[in-house]
Amino acid sequence: MKRSYLYFLGTLIFIGVLIFPHFVSNYIIHIAVLILIWSYVSTVWAYMGRFGLVSLGHGAFLGIGAYTSGLLFNNFHLTPLVGMFIGGIAAAIVALILGYACFRFGVIGDYFALVTLALAEVIMLLIIALREFTGGSLGFTLNKMGNSFLYLSSDSKIFFYYLALAFVILSILIWKKIDKSKIYKAMRAIGEDELASASLGINVIKYKVIITIISAFLTALGGSLYGQYITYLNPHTLSGVGVSLDIAFKAILGGMFNIWGPTVGTILIVTMEETFRGIFGSHFIGVSEVLYGIALICFIIFLPKGIYGTIVNKLSKK
Amino acid sequence: MLEVSQLSVGYGEFQVLFDISFKVKKGSTAVIVGPNGAGKTTLLKTISGLLPIISGSIFLDGIPIQEKKPHQIVEMGIAQVPEGGRIFPYLSVEENLKMGSFPKRAREKFKDRLKWVYELFPVLSERKKQLAGSLSGGERQMLAIGRCLMSEPKLILLDEPSMGLAPLIVTHIFKLIQDINTQGYTILMVEQNVKKALQLADNAFLLESGRIKIKGSKEEFFANEYIKKAYIGL
Repeated sequence: MKRSYLYFLGTLIFIGVLIFPHFVSNYIIHIAVLILIWSYVSTVWAYMGRFGLVSLGHGAFLGIGAYTSGLLFNNFHLTPLVGMFIGGIAAAIVALILGYACFRFGVIGDYFALVTLALAEVIMLLIIALREFTGGSLGFTLNKMGNSFLYLSSDSKIFFYYLALAFVILSILIWKKIDKSKIYKAMRAIGEDELASASLGINVIKYKVIITIISAFLTALGGSLYGQYITYLNPHTLSGVGVSLDIAFKAILGGMFNIWGPTVGTILIVTMEETFRGIFGSHFIGVSEVLYGIALICFIIFLPKGIYGTIVNKLSKK
Repeated sequence: MLEVSQLSVGYGEFQVLFDISFKVKKGSTAVIVGPNGAGKTTLLKTISGLLPIISGSIFLDGIPIQEKKPHQIVEMGIAQVPEGGRIFPYLSVEENLKMGSFPKRAREKFKDRLKWVYELFPVLSERKKQLAGSLSGGERQMLAIGRCLMSEPKLILLDEPSMGLAPLIVTHIFKLIQDINTQGYTILMVEQNVKKALQLADNAFLLESGRIKIKGSKEEFFANEYIKKAYIGL
């Protein structure tokens, strides 16, 4: 009874999400696209995060993805459909090197978070330093292509809405796929106790590197998608510490252990940011950030499992 | 079955084990006793590949394993019960046991092994759905041993199974270890509870400040004046 009720509710929400953009203004669609893109990115971030591999450097992978596909498109007219996978592979290679180096020498927990934080900053500085190719800290604009699916380009926001929605669904399906795999079993044990896992014959380094690569690759695809949507690439919005922390916060706030947690967190944070900006934006500059920060601190202290995680836990106990 | 020869191990610059040599016969129980900080745990960790060696070699059935990685060593049939058990507290008892059969070799016979472990430790069967973190100290140790048996090992390394347990429970755990040994499993155990451990042992080694001081059979250890005085308290 309860289960069929949930299915019904789920179907209703899904239909709502599908038809929603045809009834609202362009501004609302824009917010919705941002929510979808960041939901996707923070969901793939949580692939690692939920097993204790907290990365504060996913901006690095986002930047690599966006810049690789964007530069290949502008300079060689390569479609982002291909470019995003090249960017993904580049991010995967960086993840492999970083992951192997960290895990081989036992850099875990907070130390791992710090190393990834540095990586995000290094990639941002690298983008700025390679001014001739990347436009430095001014960034660059993608060439205009008009409406073309082949070049993932459109003047219509609805196009990006459905594209980003497809990405979110993909990230949810992959999450479920991981849950059924050996990687899930191994990573769950590793997340609880690395030494015990190693003594049970789990190849700790291998599984940690695999999950890092999967997460980095998919994050880079998200970076490319974001670049296509905004059509302007800037190192500060795509890489560096700020973006990286934002990604992590969204997932943590919503609840990184639950499949829909990162999405719920993103919806909340993006709406909160926009609302505060709307209310205080032009009168009290900076107030929106302060309020946003206070709200974040409260959530993290009082709801450590995240908002969605806490609600799900409460309901399942009943 | 297991042969350790001239093994030296250290953490960075600091050497812990010096020139360790000993053998464990198939089907026997060997016990390594010694005071805190003698290097007992270090020795077990080295055998299961968790620590790199400085020099020397370790053979399992004549095959050198000192260069192998931990997961390869488990795959070859050595399983370790780490100090304190180190169960996964947020997994259920059964999930803990399932993790034990993670190695390829063990996956096929998973169901039979699980049944067997539950027969060996009926209390685990009663609590299979419970979170492992809610178990008592003795039950945790049983779970750790059961989890290690799930990988179908030839040689079991036990690191201080009596640690932090009440005397009555220690007796029970040691009885179980003896049962496991009589079912054909070779056991290498590290213990501080010298008297109890020696009662199980076929062979024993005394490890003091990184060196093996005395080797011998159970009878020889019980007869040794030094051991009597320093470790058994007679």
